[in-house]
Amino acid sequence: MAEPLLRVEKLVRRFGGITATDNVSLDVAAGELHAIIGPNGAGKTTLISQLTGHLAPHAGSVSLGGRDITYLPAYRRCALGLARSFQITSLLLDFTAADNVALAAQAHAGTSFRFFANARKEKGLRDAAHAALDRVGLAHRADVLVSKLSHGERRQVELAVALASKPKILLLDEPMAGLGVTESQGMVKLLQELRKEVSIVLVEHDMPAVFALADRISVLVYGRVIASGDPDAIRANEDVKRAYLGDQHVVTHHG
Amino acid sequence: MKGLSVSKIVTALMLAGLALLPLYSYLSGNIFILTLFTRIVILALAAASLNLIMGFGGMMSFGHAAYLGIGGYAVGMLAQEGVGSGWIQFPVALAASATYALVIGALSLRTRGVYFIMITLAFAQMAYYVASGLARYGGDDGLTVYKRSDFSGLINLGNRTQFYYLCLACLFGVIFLIWRIVNSRFGLVVQGLRSNEQRMQAIGFPAKRYQLVCFVISGTMCGLAGALLANNTDFVSPAVMYWTRSGDLMVMVILGGMGTLFGPVMGAVVYLLLEEVLSQITEYWALIMGPLLLLIVLFGRGGIMGLLGRVGRG
Repeated sequence: MAEPLLRVEKLVRRFGGITATDNVSLDVAAGELHAIIGPNGAGKTTLISQLTGHLAPHAGSVSLGGRDITYLPAYRRCALGLARSFQITSLLLDFTAADNVALAAQAHAGTSFRFFANARKEKGLRDAAHAALDRVGLAHRADVLVSKLSHGERRQVELAVALASKPKILLLDEPMAGLGVTESQGMVKLLQELRKEVSIVLVEHDMPAVFALADRISVLVYGRVIASGDPDAIRANEDVKRAYLGDQHVVTHHG
Repeated sequence: MKGLSVSKIVTALMLAGLALLPLYSYLSGNIFILTLFTRIVILALAAASLNLIMGFGGMMSFGHAAYLGIGGYAVGMLAQEGVGSGWIQFPVALAASATYALVIGALSLRTRGVYFIMITLAFAQMAYYVASGLARYGGDDGLTVYKRSDFSGLINLGNRTQFYYLCLACLFGVIFLIWRIVNSRFGLVVQGLRSNEQRMQAIGFPAKRYQLVCFVISGTMCGLAGALLANNTDFVSPAVMYWTRSGDLMVMVILGGMGTLFGPVMGAVVYLLLEEVLSQITEYWALIMGPLLLLIVLFGRGGIMGLLGRVGRG
């Protein structure tokens, strides 16, 4: 098997007495959509934050394309092709949708120590922004302030921002959170399109979505990976059923 | 384009008024008003520079008056040592301010929020006490500048009208620069950092580098104001660096409207004129000024510019 695109080895992160990430190892192959599921408090966001560099692990390593990135700051990882979306939408609220996306493109298109020319008139950046917004189906809202967009639209902008940095791998932290039924379906469709172009790590609570999309699923419980495999294997796994006792029907009846 | 709004009309009137003020002073024979407005224009320049980091960059510096002192002392000390040329004094004033900003910024930007406010304040107070200790340059009593900066006959700073127009040109020049900067790539990054630093890191921008450069640009601009101020008063003393001065600058920015291009100019004009008028009526002018400012800050979110914007929309 070829070198995986993203490799996580024996990652450990503690908060006081709690081990939020407990010896987690995962591989994400190029072109794969790897979903991470687990009950609330399983440490999914903690794990993602260590992958993106917002949180330093206490032990273990993360490598991207064979390069050790465990201790690189967030902005350097982004430059290497790792983009994330936030669980709680985190955008520049007083900027327009197009500005938000154009800034992401700008970060990857030459230096930003340019003080004189009007950046909003740089055709390359504007085109990239509109292309990314178009990709997520939001081109018609490009010039609206993000603070005036609906929750669902903001999630789409999040995705466009991540896309505009032309990532090799996309870390999506609950992209469906708070979306209505139709909006969720739209997002699933969109992710089905995007996965053709980019590897995706998807953290999600929406089980039907996960089972419809994922090539592989890793199940995180109390910071530990208790199972990892394709959707059918996960559906049949006894440990997973036990961990999801309350939600068992969700795991077994959908997908 | 949205066409003419109330705030645009008021801004244009204010700028026209500033440009024509020497004419009025000449026709009416009122020399005092020209002196007063020279001071207003210089402090408007300082407020505009503070607005770059505070309004656009979200960095609440409470030590901006330090640059007024550094720029001023650069002029005063060089003059005392016999270097009267403005071609040397002004570049030195700017370079000294930039260096101070670089060091202070590099240290202060490790902190956030209220700590950033406190640390910039602390550094400015340090500068204040250092200046008080400069026995050779007057110490506490300050330093008289016997001769204004000499620009080899090109412009005579001793002439009130010429000096006023020099200050006004500097103000307009700085505002033009700020306008270009805030719309540039760099400016968008800095404003993005004000809005959401974590997001900006995640899309690939190292926050501190941009903030530090912005901090240095702002400090350098304020150093220019300091050099002009020393020429205006023919005097520089530690008092220009005192923390209340930094507070005055902050009030001007907030009063006029943070993060707007002309807000700080508006704020400086209104604040200093009010101070002037009220202090002629009563020596307890601060008792009237304080509540007045409170009202504007409480009910006029976005300062005067914000108020005018709302009036414009009906």
